[in-house]
Amino acid sequence: MAECHPVGYQWVMEARARGAKVFHIDPRFSRTSATVDRYLAIRAGTDIVLLGALINYVLSNGLDFREYVLAYTNAATLVNKDFRDTEDLDGLFSGYDEETGRYDPSSWAYEGDVPEEEEPVEGGGHHAEAAGSDSYGARGAGASATPPADPTLTNPRCVYRILKRHYSRYTPEMVEELCGIPPERFHELAEAITANSGRERTTAWVYSVGWTQHSVGVQYIRAASILQLLLGNMGRPGGGIMALRGHASIQGSTDIPTLFNLLPGYIAMPHAHRHDGLDHYLEREGADTGWWGNRRAYVVSLLKAWWGDAATEDNDYRFDYLPRLTGDHGHYATVMGQIDGTVKGYFVVGENPAVGSANGKAQRLGLANLDWLVVRDLMLVETATFWKDAPEIETGELRTEDIGTEVFFMPAASHVEKEGTFTNTQRLLQWRERALDPPHDCRSDLWFFYHLGKRIRRRLGDDEIDRPVKELTWDYPEIGEQRDPDAEAVLREINGTGPGGRLLASLRELKPDGSTSCGCWIYCGVYADGVNMAARRTPHTEQGPVALEWGWAWPANRRILYNRASADPQGRPWSERKKYVYWDAGKGRWVGPDVPDFEEDKAPDYVPPEGAKAQDALAGTDPFIMQSDGRGWLYVPSGLSDGPLPAHYEPHESPVRNALYGRQANPARRTIDRPENPYNPALSPRFPYVYTTSRLTEHHTTGAMSRPLPYLAELQPEAFCEVSPRMAEELGLENGGWATIVTARTAIELRVLVTGRVRPLRLNGRTVHQVIMPYHWGYSSGGVITGDVVNDLPSIVLDPNVYIQESKAGTCDVLPGRRPRGTALLDLIERYRHG
Amino acid sequence: MGGGRLSRWPVIRQLKGEDGRGQAARSARTDALRPRVEGAETVARSVCPYCAVGCGQLVYVKDGKVTQIEGDPDSPISRGRLCPKGSASKQLVTHPGRQTKVLYRRPYGTEWEPLDLETAMDMIADRVVRTRRETWQQTHEGQEVRRTLGIASLGGATLDNEENYLMKKLYTALGAIQVENQARI
Ligand code: SF4
Repeated sequence: MAECHPVGYQWVMEARARGAKVFHIDPRFSRTSATVDRYLAIRAGTDIVLLGALINYVLSNGLDFREYVLAYTNAATLVNKDFRDTEDLDGLFSGYDEETGRYDPSSWAYEGDVPEEEEPVEGGGHHAEAAGSDSYGARGAGASATPPADPTLTNPRCVYRILKRHYSRYTPEMVEELCGIPPERFHELAEAITANSGRERTTAWVYSVGWTQHSVGVQYIRAASILQLLLGNMGRPGGGIMALRGHASIQGSTDIPTLFNLLPGYIAMPHAHRHDGLDHYLEREGADTGWWGNRRAYVVSLLKAWWGDAATEDNDYRFDYLPRLTGDHGHYATVMGQIDGTVKGYFVVGENPAVGSANGKAQRLGLANLDWLVVRDLMLVETATFWKDAPEIETGELRTEDIGTEVFFMPAASHVEKEGTFTNTQRLLQWRERALDPPHDCRSDLWFFYHLGKRIRRRLGDDEIDRPVKELTWDYPEIGEQRDPDAEAVLREINGTGPGGRLLASLRELKPDGSTSCGCWIYCGVYADGVNMAARRTPHTEQGPVALEWGWAWPANRRILYNRASADPQGRPWSERKKYVYWDAGKGRWVGPDVPDFEEDKAPDYVPPEGAKAQDALAGTDPFIMQSDGRGWLYVPSGLSDGPLPAHYEPHESPVRNALYGRQANPARRTIDRPENPYNPALSPRFPYVYTTSRLTEHHTTGAMSRPLPYLAELQPEAFCEVSPRMAEELGLENGGWATIVTARTAIELRVLVTGRVRPLRLNGRTVHQVIMPYHWGYSSGGVITGDVVNDLPSIVLDPNVYIQESKAGTCDVLPGRRPRGTALLDLIERYRHG
Repeated sequence: MGGGRLSRWPVIRQLKGEDGRGQAARSARTDALRPRVEGAETVARSVCPYCAVGCGQLVYVKDGKVTQIEGDPDSPISRGRLCPKGSASKQLVTHPGRQTKVLYRRPYGTEWEPLDLETAMDMIADRVVRTRRETWQQTHEGQEVRRTLGIASLGGATLDNEENYLMKKLYTALGAIQVENQARI
């Protein structure tokens, strides 16, 4: 965090100055490790072992926050009798099909909740294939609101007992054997987090892509959620799980997604085989209880925002205009489509897949096989220049004269030359003012897509297939000489309007009858009453620490999600010290320094009437209002594609055998078995080292925004790998010299940095070395510094829930000296593949 | 303070025990220096474009040029601070390697060629319309899908919400579904 989110880290330092104990768990010793109470070096790809052992420690010592757990989680809920755990099936859950490598999740359901249809409504083949669990960014999957439960927690089929059994084999000894963390260090951590949780205290977990870029990435986060729920750390000040995101508006890019499987506000794209018309779609996308029970209002309002008067009740609000998915249309599937020639045209907008995506060669082979490519950026990124300077030109695999791709480089406006909102890592929208016009041909992406859309509309005829474009609402005021579309007008459309064009103040006003329109239901209220709330800038010195008047957070400017859980079931603060949002019986409302993430006047003793729907179906004691049962899910009965509980599997490429189960790697992981994407075999002596990739303070991702800047280039000029003195000695690597890193994909050369910061790990009597590589360099930097592409090393193997690649843990070989040039490089890789 | 020129030399004053940060560090030259922000004509309130902490920035402009970018002291997130990247962001906007002109590489071409912005926009629109038509799928495996797999997009995560919104809206209406973002990666 100190390395990659330095200014956010000031708050950790401040907490530490006030007595907080800070642990840093990371394969890499960074600027964070240098400033904490305890640094724990861990083998990349083993965090579920550690988290599982912490869960086991909590459960076997009875250290869970029982009152919180019973009231606010699904600990007491009974799971159906057909469910089999990894304990029963040596690393598999029930429902696995060896042939397809997929789970049928029906048996994971709550008791009485087993689906009657062939395929469960959520989860199951089609849902998984289209990365359906991605839609849980703002809600949970559907399940019964009132499943059978055993509050004594003695029934062996209750979630609590299943959890206890499942994690019983995650012991401190396993942590030592798989993670390389000695038992005394594990106990220090376990004692600290449990002592620091409960009524009086809370513990927070912070993670980044070190947890997401794995073939079990979603389950990493799930494991942390289980731990935090058991300790009562969710929805409370100083608690929670913080995802530190690496790009200015990466949160915004999922909220208002440019993602294949989502529409704005985590609404799933319709699927040709799962959905038949609007009603059927709504039926199959979640439950009717909890806030998501209002989804018809959100979906209809979105369709009204896009197709305006053309969207009517009679035509299902033009739900048929939405194109249908039939499977995986994600980034890596797209790249394969480019190589196969089905994808002809490609827009790359402020992104650099030739350097930034896993298996760079596959990316570039895809680019070289397009008809046309549009690259929009501030500088000539590698994705724009691949046809003249890609590594494949040097090896002779590609020849400039043979590449038929037509390339348009369109220069972009910088962040100060356009106005608009970023959503930061805390769901906070902040409006940026425009300081000046962009120079020459530089234009914002807003300008580009708006004017492109206008041109396309002019070119279309009256064909049936053109109607969705012709009838699209595409009329924004144009400002200034450059005719920039008015970004505030777009934000107002996102906020939504009611009859007469009145700007909506809250998502509660959204209607299912077509009388409201709203471009993104979770952002409804950002322009409440005609005020751009994201532009608010009351100084921190003039408001309380929650700072509700700085920008605007979704939903409804709530800063801590699920903050109803900061009070006990009766609505009283758990303690004076941790007082946050609580029930004021006199006023008949929830009060506190934050906006309650709960209906303001729903009393703690509210009991839902029989057959109630949406939020009315949740009791006054159900804080997790986006879940169908209002509970935090220790166990996930539906929606995930690789199991209801996190289990440790080794990375797809690992030099270590999975000591926990007979299953080596995630049985549901997605592999792409093609010649462009060869894998290092697991446990291969040819690839004995573990590598992980990382970032540095002075650079930003693939370097497009940092390598061309002399200040930053000078601070971190060269691509390097960091290794331990012992590994350097064993291999003859010299500090400041060169090393060649080899995987089945390719080999790259990096400068060697030998430091004691990297520690060889002792695993079960054997030493495992790790290599740490920042990935900011590329072959064309717009001038200042270049280096080999670290992302050429990882393979494409994907988490089965969300299709994120496993780039944070792989295996490699390391050789002293520079890599071979030209065809000699290809010969080297051939020898590794077949040797 | 009296004495000759030599005794006014900051090094001597600091050696004599004066606090090295305040008056003792000043010279006639430093007294004449003015902060870059002083002459600014306008100041825009902005946000750092690098990581997702979202530090507040103040952008100072004079004569149509960015003269300085500083941390916004009012921000409850950053309290005026910026890390090395945020502090360097004036260079991001003004560095000479920044490409400000449209460039075109024709199929099988070996060099970039200049291209007029309006022409480029028209050419891109032509290609979208043509490719969409040529690769249109009305049905797939017997189901209505109304889409094209011929056009794809990959966006970075420093796009504004408003930009992502217009992109998703236009692509969806066109039937392009392979619309992806750094957020997947
Ligand atoms: S100044 Fe640094 S910490 Fe702050 S948003 Fe920018 S990159 Fe992140």
